[in-house]
Amino acid sequence: MILVIAEQREGKLNRASWEAMAAAQQAGGPVKVALLGSGDEPLAAELAAAEAAEVIVVDAAALGEYTADGQVAALAILIEQEQPGHVFFAHTYQTRDFAPVLATRLGRSLITDVTAIRQESGAMVFVRPVFQGKLNADVTAEGPAPHLVTIQIGAYRGDAAVRGASPAAIRKVEIAVDAAAVRQKPEAPFKEAKQAVDLSQAERIVAIGRGIKGQEHLKLAEDLAKAMGAEIAASRPICDSGWLPMDRQIGSSGQTVAPKLYVALGISGAIQHLVGMKGSKTIVAINKDPEAPIFEIADFGIAGDLFEVVPAMIAELNK
Amino acid sequence: MKIAVCIKQVVTREWQLRVNEPKTWIRDQDASFELNEPDAYALEEALRQKEKHGGEVVVVSAGPARATQVLREALARGADRAIHVESDTLAAADALVIADALACAIREEKFDLVLTGLQSDDQGFGQVGVVLAEKLGMPSASIIMEVQASESGLRVKRELEAGWFQWISLPLPALLTIQSGINQLRYATLKGIMAAKKKEIRKVTASGSAAPAQKILRVYFPEKGKKTQMIPGSATEAAKALVQKLRDEARVIA
Ligand SMILES: Cc1cc2nc3c(=O)[nH]c(=O)nc-3n(C[C@H](O)[C@H](O)[C@H](O)COP(=O)(O)OP(=O)(O)OC[C@H]3O[C@@H](n4cnc5c(N)ncnc54)[C@H](O)[C@@H]3O)c2cc1C
Ligand SMILES: Nc1ncnc2c1ncn2[C@@H]1O[C@H](COP(=O)(O)O)[C@@H](O)[C@H]1O
Repeated sequence: MILVIAEQREGKLNRASWEAMAAAQQAGGPVKVALLGSGDEPLAAELAAAEAAEVIVVDAAALGEYTADGQVAALAILIEQEQPGHVFFAHTYQTRDFAPVLATRLGRSLITDVTAIRQESGAMVFVRPVFQGKLNADVTAEGPAPHLVTIQIGAYRGDAAVRGASPAAIRKVEIAVDAAAVRQKPEAPFKEAKQAVDLSQAERIVAIGRGIKGQEHLKLAEDLAKAMGAEIAASRPICDSGWLPMDRQIGSSGQTVAPKLYVALGISGAIQHLVGMKGSKTIVAINKDPEAPIFEIADFGIAGDLFEVVPAMIAELNK
Repeated sequence: MKIAVCIKQVVTREWQLRVNEPKTWIRDQDASFELNEPDAYALEEALRQKEKHGGEVVVVSAGPARATQVLREALARGADRAIHVESDTLAAADALVIADALACAIREEKFDLVLTGLQSDDQGFGQVGVVLAEKLGMPSASIIMEVQASESGLRVKRELEAGWFQWISLPLPALLTIQSGINQLRYATLKGIMAAKKKEIRKVTASGSAAPAQKILRVYFPEKGKKTQMIPGSATEAAKALVQKLRDEARVIA
């Protein structure tokens, strides 16, 4: 049996939970879904639409707000009780925060950021990116079950999760979580106030990555953006260096965009960047490394030096 | 405050990856190496906390002999001393094994604060820091973008997805995994490089006992999924052809 741990924040299911569900269904065997929180009956009903053996709801006041310690304490007991063969999570920032603690406390294997699953001689083989997506690794979990697995965001389609003919049974499980033993004290989530630019409305975006080399070359990208009628955006390292403000960052920790045209200049195509832009209609990649992962999702690619290609594009556009 | 920073040596981004003969890892004999990027930010944060609160910054790395390169670099940037858990097998070990080796090497030192990067550029587990916290019996918080330390403990800003953040308080000793961009990095000065020569790099043998939790069967270059139109020719020809395609084929520019 595969136990899928759904994720919620402030009464809303994380859509990636459906992706983890799809992964579990496709991996084969019965699937159960667990939801941790406090007063989450409506979400349990939503999850019950999935083709699943049952939906388990762990309802405890100490789980109302996410904390790593609370989550680990409750899941360690639940996993002990349910004895799954595998436990699947979506590879969200929340999962990153507690799943390694859980695996260590249980003394079990945790395979992170899985993009595909295959069966090889009776064992599950997990595909995960290494070297920032430049290589894939096929890996197996070692040691006794259950094995913990996190599924990369966007690797499976949430709408591919099979819905059941009738709602799955919902079972409430009492697990005592000692609030006093929770060492992290969270405050309310917030967004930085100075978010000035809304790139989600942009029709065209020219995005720069570390290939732009220096702040002094920003002008080149800006000239291209101007010639195309595009907004300027960037990968994380550019914003980390302070070359562009944070609200121009595209990716998992920045903005998610889906313009008509996305031009990636000197961006390698790490997954955390791709999740923010792969919904774009037409994707252009210009990168001097023909093996760069960005080319896997591009419609048009030029394997070349952006300092030669971009000036030529600007000249052509301004003709 | 006594602070440990775990730093990993990884191959440089520019290095053209080559797969080794059993096809289970890369052939890195002729590679060039650098400090894992988020770890540089973790080190910078440790140095800043020391400047505010006093104490000591100790850098720790597990890996083969070549890892002394990143330890020296960290000493040159201002770390006080270094611990090198020397082992060839740790270069491609899994997160549990690495964290176990690190825990054995630093447990006795009783650090108040342990910092790691949030993820390594090579293995990319996103696990070693958080596992290490559990091994050391410390609470942890991950993907940290600001650290406020006081006698009573820490208040840290966690990055959540899509531009959201959250403050969390936790008692010391604690472990934090640091996100790139938390601060602006300083680079080593000539004075720092000279001073680093006199600083201690203590070598310890890996004494961890954790069994592997993951086995790599093979590594390979990903197959190209989507049908990408690669535009050939010189830069000028390709640029011209691309603009034409964007106008006439994709119709996304005027
Ligand atoms: C939890 C987490 C969250 C993250 N969130 C984000 C996020 O929201 N957004 C984000 O972007 N990243 C994010 N990252 C970072 C991400 O993993 C990558 O490190 C980052 O996207 C890499 O940026 P890059 O492509 O600009 O740089 P690199 O990976 O260094 O790539 C630079 C590219 O430029 C090319 N190049 C160099 N010179 C030239 C030239 N002259 N002409 C053409 N091409 C050239 C190189 O071939 C290379 O492919 C996150 C990481 C983590 C762990
Ligand atoms: N061999 C190592 N030696 C020291 N620190 C490490 C090592 N491997 C990983 N780390 C630390 O753990 C973080 C997360 O690595 P990973 O779990 O591999 O993604 C890195 O950013 C480092 O700070």
